[in-house]
Amino acid sequence: MAETLTRTGALDGWAARFAELPDSVALLAEPFHTMTSVRGETTLRPNTWVEEDGFDAVWLGPDEVLRTSPFRSAAELGGTDVSAQRTTIRLRGAHARDLLETGCAIDLHPRVFGAGSAAVTLLGQANVILLCLGENDYRILVRSSFAAYLAEWLLDAATEYRG
Amino acid sequence: MTRVDGYGRVDRTRTLRFTFDGVSYTGHPGDTLASALLAHGVRTIARSVKQDRPRGVTAVWSEDPTGLVQVEEPFPEPMLLATTIELVDGLVASSIGGRGRLAEVPDTARYDRRYAHCETLVVGAGPAGLLAARTAARRGDRVVLVDDRPAAGGSLTGTERICGRDALDFVADTLAELRAHPDVRILLRTTAFGHYDDGFVLALERRTDHLAPAPQGLSRQRVWRIRAGHVVVATGAHERPIVVADNDRPGIMLAASARDLLHRYGVLAGRRVVVFTSDDAAYDAAADLAGAGAEVTLLDPRPVRGDSRSGDYRRSRGLVLGTGAGPDGAISHVFTDQGELPCDLLLLSGGWNPTSHLFSHVRGALRYDAELGAFRPGEALAGVTVVGAANGTFDLAGCLAEGRGETPEPLPRTNLVLWRTDGDPARQYVDLQRDSTVADIARATGAGLRSVEHVKRYTTIGTAHDQGKTSGVLASAITAELLGVPIESLGTTTFRPPYTPIAFAALAGRERGQLFDPVRTTALHAWHVARGAVFEDVGQWKRARYYPLPGEAGGTEDMDTAVLRECAAVRRDVGILDGSTLGKIEVRGPDAGAFLDMIYTNLMSSLRPGRVRYGVMCGLDGMVIDDGTVLRLDDEGFLVYTTTGGAAPILDHMEEWLQTEWPHLRVTLTSVTEQWATFPVVGPRSRDVVGALAPHVDVSAAAFPFMTWQDTEVDGVPVRLARISFSGELAWEVSVDGWHAPALWRRLIALGEPYGITPYGTETMHVLRAEKGYPIIGQDTDGTVSPQDLGMSWAVSTKKVDFIGKRSFARAENRNPLRKQLVGLLPLDPTVKLPEGSQIIEQTAELPPPPVPMLGHVTSSYRSAALGRTFALALVKGGHARIGERLTVPVGGDLVPVEVTGSVLVDPEGTRRDG
Amino acid sequence: MQLIECPYCGPREEVEFHYGGQAGVAYPADPAALTDEEWGRFVFVRANPKGRFEERWSHAAGCRRWFTAVRDTATYRFSR
Ligand SMILES: [Zn+2]
Repeated sequence: MAETLTRTGALDGWAARFAELPDSVALLAEPFHTMTSVRGETTLRPNTWVEEDGFDAVWLGPDEVLRTSPFRSAAELGGTDVSAQRTTIRLRGAHARDLLETGCAIDLHPRVFGAGSAAVTLLGQANVILLCLGENDYRILVRSSFAAYLAEWLLDAATEYRG
Repeated sequence: MTRVDGYGRVDRTRTLRFTFDGVSYTGHPGDTLASALLAHGVRTIARSVKQDRPRGVTAVWSEDPTGLVQVEEPFPEPMLLATTIELVDGLVASSIGGRGRLAEVPDTARYDRRYAHCETLVVGAGPAGLLAARTAARRGDRVVLVDDRPAAGGSLTGTERICGRDALDFVADTLAELRAHPDVRILLRTTAFGHYDDGFVLALERRTDHLAPAPQGLSRQRVWRIRAGHVVVATGAHERPIVVADNDRPGIMLAASARDLLHRYGVLAGRRVVVFTSDDAAYDAAADLAGAGAEVTLLDPRPVRGDSRSGDYRRSRGLVLGTGAGPDGAISHVFTDQGELPCDLLLLSGGWNPTSHLFSHVRGALRYDAELGAFRPGEALAGVTVVGAANGTFDLAGCLAEGRGETPEPLPRTNLVLWRTDGDPARQYVDLQRDSTVADIARATGAGLRSVEHVKRYTTIGTAHDQGKTSGVLASAITAELLGVPIESLGTTTFRPPYTPIAFAALAGRERGQLFDPVRTTALHAWHVARGAVFEDVGQWKRARYYPLPGEAGGTEDMDTAVLRECAAVRRDVGILDGSTLGKIEVRGPDAGAFLDMIYTNLMSSLRPGRVRYGVMCGLDGMVIDDGTVLRLDDEGFLVYTTTGGAAPILDHMEEWLQTEWPHLRVTLTSVTEQWATFPVVGPRSRDVVGALAPHVDVSAAAFPFMTWQDTEVDGVPVRLARISFSGELAWEVSVDGWHAPALWRRLIALGEPYGITPYGTETMHVLRAEKGYPIIGQDTDGTVSPQDLGMSWAVSTKKVDFIGKRSFARAENRNPLRKQLVGLLPLDPTVKLPEGSQIIEQTAELPPPPVPMLGHVTSSYRSAALGRTFALALVKGGHARIGERLTVPVGGDLVPVEVTGSVLVDPEGTRRDG
Repeated sequence: MQLIECPYCGPREEVEFHYGGQAGVAYPADPAALTDEEWGRFVFVRANPKGRFEERWSHAAGCRRWFTAVRDTATYRFSR
């Protein structure tokens, strides 16, 4: 068998189209982030995410935390491995919030949804986990089967900013 | 030309060319189609819908009931108001007779939506709204200020003074201050058209129509979805006419509209003007039009008073009773109680109706104000403030005060409420767009109608594009007069969104074409596409339905041919299916077994790690809602497979029971649908393929029995093998994480090549399972089918004390032997394929007269390669007892005889399962 | 489009929620002990008052938690 079992990200093949976007609405697929679902009481505040020792912890609900890491293994993170359940898209640039506001109903004003904020909500018609990393800097976690739809949706939403 | 030098804010240094009814005209930036036509003296721009009477411009903005036109260029659109179309170079429009014409070419423009959040939303950028926005911005609120016109200022004409300054300078300064706040958003050309719960307002922004050519990439229209902590309604008021006979002719206009035409566009709409009013505001129009060079006569039924605005016009006490027309149908003179007066423009003003739509949308009660002769907000509403003219405060000082949040002293009223003068009711138009008259209202009340809502529907008054902005209150008042009751006892018709007509394209936004509904794809989608798969929609999923091969004569196989080939290949050699869309839920915790025992009809807690069990889930009513296999992972873990469509609803169902009924159970549920890709490898040679994939696994029947699973590794990647069969064949379901799915699939295809591995789609999967009588939940069931009806009593535990649905099985109806039950059907002619959904009746050679008793219907129907014939599954009344009987299926005009059989048609002994 | 207050995530658009009907209808302790009629009432019959109503909602597109909310069925207003 010549071929080894290589990995394929849900948005492999989209890089060229993402690269055409201006810096003001830069999209980047971030494949292969390990993710695990950890259940039970959490000390995380609702609607937030925090950096912990070697992973990010995202509040998904009163008894559910998603741990994510680009380099740790699922076994190291603990919990149920859901790494391939979702894929990650980074959106940043001067118009990042403007773009999200074309399809996300929650209040994204930095005073309300600033760095460290997290929300499980709808973007377009896709369920997403939205993380704010900083001003006009977001990470979007989307179910892998919805990734192509969301990528198409984001590219279309960026039309106004292509200049 | 009726353009007057020194007036108006259009840019006369630039000329725009446009065409109306085939004639070329010019106008200027800042014009509307209506103002540009009136500037050329074009007074007739439409014809009425029922009576084909000539109509002109009656009001100067969206309240105009008459000036509907068809636009051809830049994009064909029917029934737009000439008064709201901003003039652009190259505009082509034409008059219409009440009805427009939809475009026959696709609309290539973009439409989108955007969300906005603010503490204060102000609707209307007139004096009251501007002050309200400024007050909120200075307080630190996030503010959204919307106004439907291209420029702020509302009804200000530029002749007023605010704080000692020119009013328009004040507007510009206030806008500049607002623009300097980072959290203030000003949206002009934006109509707030609906107000809903919890401060939610929809507004339509027209972004490109005033730009020619429209810039690339920008949406033409945008629906703003604004969530506001507080909504300030500063939407002004609509002037209302006084109804006189023949009041629908071109050249009859509201007084303030003529004044607006002069000050905004520099257009003097007439040279010989009669103003008929019972309200002081129209005196401003008389004075301003006279000042611009018109000869103006003002008639007022009130005694002459000294304090209204004076000017170079004649004024006398009197009434206009009717109008006459010249050869062009436009007004040429009026009949008054003192005789005939020639004129080319009649201005009517009977007072003002507060534009309280957005207050009314959220069920704010309107109260009739007898002094005003209008309905105005009559109660306080949490989260909503109505200020300025929308609140019935018509003086500038009062509007500014309310905008600042103060409550000004109301001024004494001097107006006289006058709805109509004496005249022929059949010629007194109330709704000019609907050609509805006082006589029509009289017909309605004469027919016994007593409610304004009924009168509205009987007469159609208020149902046109303008929704009765100028006619609604008139209709209430005249109805009250005819009934001899006070108007306040009738009320007015309910205002409902949208405030102005909104294009469906704008509401759809970007949710059209490929973004209409999310398309879900599996990790293998690219492979399916490359392989030439034909897809079918399964919910939001795209699933490969079949993979046609190149056919004879250059085409490709049709579905029947491809599916017969795929079916034969699976039962002869080996096939592979992308089953990744199946829902997967990890059920974990010390009580996971007990929980699943309640969820499934059969026992799950007794399943040992390494084993697989098929299970059925029912609702409380005992009807099947889902089915699938369950893998016991370890002591506290199960992996539940649901149907593709059941993935989300079954997770919700399980969470509902867990959280609301059994919160004491220590169980967690995690969706892993996309975490795992699952490929059934099916057929007699599947053992060879799976054995080649996992050489360290003993895949013999003895070492790897049916309904067991084992984990292995392929190139270090964890892979799960499970002996599950949905076809009766020897089969493994191979599962791997989604990242490695494409590579593992390619590996399986390569390893299977020596054995003739055939990728197959959902259609073949359906045929293979139907040959074995396995139902598809949602195809062979419809929410009224129990496990017993499916012949699956074996999957219903009699040992368990309880599970969801158990108690319902004991109800009399669930034990009725005449319930519809799943059976097989074989058409006596083996080439006839019954259409799914066909009704089934008793055996007959001739269709009896109706009503014909229906015994059931065909749920699945296919051609079988294994059987060499067609077959079907059906739900038939008392079907299990009818096996061996003959029935009839009417298909089109034919009566197809069929035989009822058991549902398992291929390998009923199950000899193929272990290879 | 109402805002519904999820007790965990805060106010969200109503499209994120699923309605779960009347709250406080407990699963019978021993269904087998019920008559057909009693069981039928439990399965099929729910209160439908005009006015105050305790009902279950699930924050389906968010934290997936079920909660009980009180709403006026005539005005749609939630009690906060
Ligand atoms: Zn929530």
